[in-house]
Amino acid sequence: MTWKELLKRLFTNKLSVFGFAIILIFAIVAIAAPWIAPPADPDDPYLIPRRGWQTRPTAPSEDALFGTTEGSYDIFYGMVWGTRTAFRIGLTVVFFGSLLGVSIGTIAAFYGGKVDEILMRVTDVFMSIPFLVAAMVLTTILGRGLGNVMIALITFGWMGTARLTRSQVLEIKNEEFVQAAEALGANDFRIILRHVLINSIYPVLIQGCMRIGSMVITASALSFLGVGAPEGYADWGQMISFARNWIVGTSGNPLEFWYTIVFPGTAILFFSLSWNLIGDAFRDILDPKLQ
Amino acid sequence: MINYITRRLIILPFIVFGVTILVFGMLMMLSPYQRLSTYVSDPKQVKGQNMDAMVEKHGLNDPFYQQYGRWIKGIMKGDFGWSESAGQPVSEAIMSRFPATLELVLFAIVPVVLGGIWLGVFSAVKHNQAWDHIIRVLATVGWSFPTFVFALLMLMIFYGVLGWLPPGRLTQAAAEVVRSAEFVRYTGLNVVDAILNGNFYILWDSIRHIIAPIITLSVIRWAYILRITRSSMLETLGKDYIRTARSKGVEESVVVNKHARRNALIPVVTVAGPMILAMLGGVVLTETIFNYRGIGQFAAQAAQQLDYAAILGVAMYFSFLLILTNLIVDVSYAVIDPRIRLE
Repeated sequence: MTWKELLKRLFTNKLSVFGFAIILIFAIVAIAAPWIAPPADPDDPYLIPRRGWQTRPTAPSEDALFGTTEGSYDIFYGMVWGTRTAFRIGLTVVFFGSLLGVSIGTIAAFYGGKVDEILMRVTDVFMSIPFLVAAMVLTTILGRGLGNVMIALITFGWMGTARLTRSQVLEIKNEEFVQAAEALGANDFRIILRHVLINSIYPVLIQGCMRIGSMVITASALSFLGVGAPEGYADWGQMISFARNWIVGTSGNPLEFWYTIVFPGTAILFFSLSWNLIGDAFRDILDPKLQ
Repeated sequence: MINYITRRLIILPFIVFGVTILVFGMLMMLSPYQRLSTYVSDPKQVKGQNMDAMVEKHGLNDPFYQQYGRWIKGIMKGDFGWSESAGQPVSEAIMSRFPATLELVLFAIVPVVLGGIWLGVFSAVKHNQAWDHIIRVLATVGWSFPTFVFALLMLMIFYGVLGWLPPGRLTQAAAEVVRSAEFVRYTGLNVVDAILNGNFYILWDSIRHIIAPIITLSVIRWAYILRITRSSMLETLGKDYIRTARSKGVEESVVVNKHARRNALIPVVTVAGPMILAMLGGVVLTETIFNYRGIGQFAAQAAQQLDYAAILGVAMYFSFLLILTNLIVDVSYAVIDPRIRLE
């Protein structure tokens, strides 16, 4: 299938168009953040401004469009700049994680034998600690901060890609066109890059798409647990952790503080949903067995 | 099959060794003073002591392999150090919370696996009809839902608004009954113990507390199992032997339930194992939000208070559980699918 055909089919699939539309909206918000929610201090735009000094959240008003959460942090501002945070985390982690995973998977499958055995056992070892726990431990040890969160997620987030790439490459490497390239005297690097990888990359792309959403969820979970982004940093997970103490509302009005959870919660849900929809559509197109 | 199992057993020690190296490597990123708590089994050993002397005594400036040797000796004796956040040794803290987590995971597995398989088969049988689309959309939404947002919404609605499902593991009064002498703790699992003791008050109270965490743990994994079952089922339904069975005049329900489903479930078994294990990660968020006193909540608390000995201990403990379960899953997979044995 050519790229043109693929794109054409992606844009005739209703669900993936819906996914693309949401991503587009998020992207516009992220790019236009300085105009939608102008920062008080242009040097430190990710710090959420506080609309007062009280702990209690306040309802949406003209002053704070989506209300303020615990500590009087402005929810609207946090969500707008949190979109940038989400894109940064998702794209960075998935890019470097996939790079690592694809390299390890390809080397293991292409060279086989001992190299394969060792690399795959290393993969097993990294998979032996539950992902969230491993990421939590490493972030705690490295210290709070977005950079450290991303390092932890990359360190423990490449194994799925490595296994997938390995199985793909194993299928491709015995094809005749690979043998032909070898016979023509092409070096390993060229064979891997030009012949093997290009033919095994689709499933990896699908997986990558879906992982953008799940990585953002995990990063928010770390912030929620209080080991991720530093306090006051524009991050959806942190906004939800602010909401935690107010979730049951007050007696007589249990939903009084609904805005503290509903707005940031919706943002995370839709962000990961849209990447999953695109990944799903990708898979349906590329895997005719499921149609 | 013997070969296959032997091979798994030979690899096992290497994986365990690798995990200890990985955890120890993370430990070594800390300064010697921060690492100290991992080597001390009682804070009295440290109080009033010269820190430099303590670091020297435990040899925390020695080369990597010497320190690893000493550390692993302690681990093998079950000594994971002192947990500052729990105020007790790490291994004791983990053991005292283990039954709670076990109860949660055990009760979550059944609805996840059975419900997911049923929905997946149903969706595949109704392929491209309205039900299939509805289930698929719900699955994608469920799959995208962040655990902690879902848990908070559950708490908001079922505790805040309706008052049905309170957080915690037991209400105050029930906890006192459980701690009292008449209530025998056979297993540490509240629901099981309540049945064995014939105490319906405790049974009702523990069920009321555990439902919300179970649903939270289940939702994401439901979506996952459902998807795997559905695609595997669709693939199987297209096979020649299914067409043969149909053309012989076998009833459709028998074709689906006997011929197709049994074969379609083989890939489900492979993902069910790792998925149950991923639940161990989900437990951290679920327990924290529902204030359910288990290992996950302990780990989250420890991380917030920078209790390094505790979080590394939990990581080690979880990974041992994971390796063990993986082995069981692999072996049972070989029993179910003869093709694996021959490889």
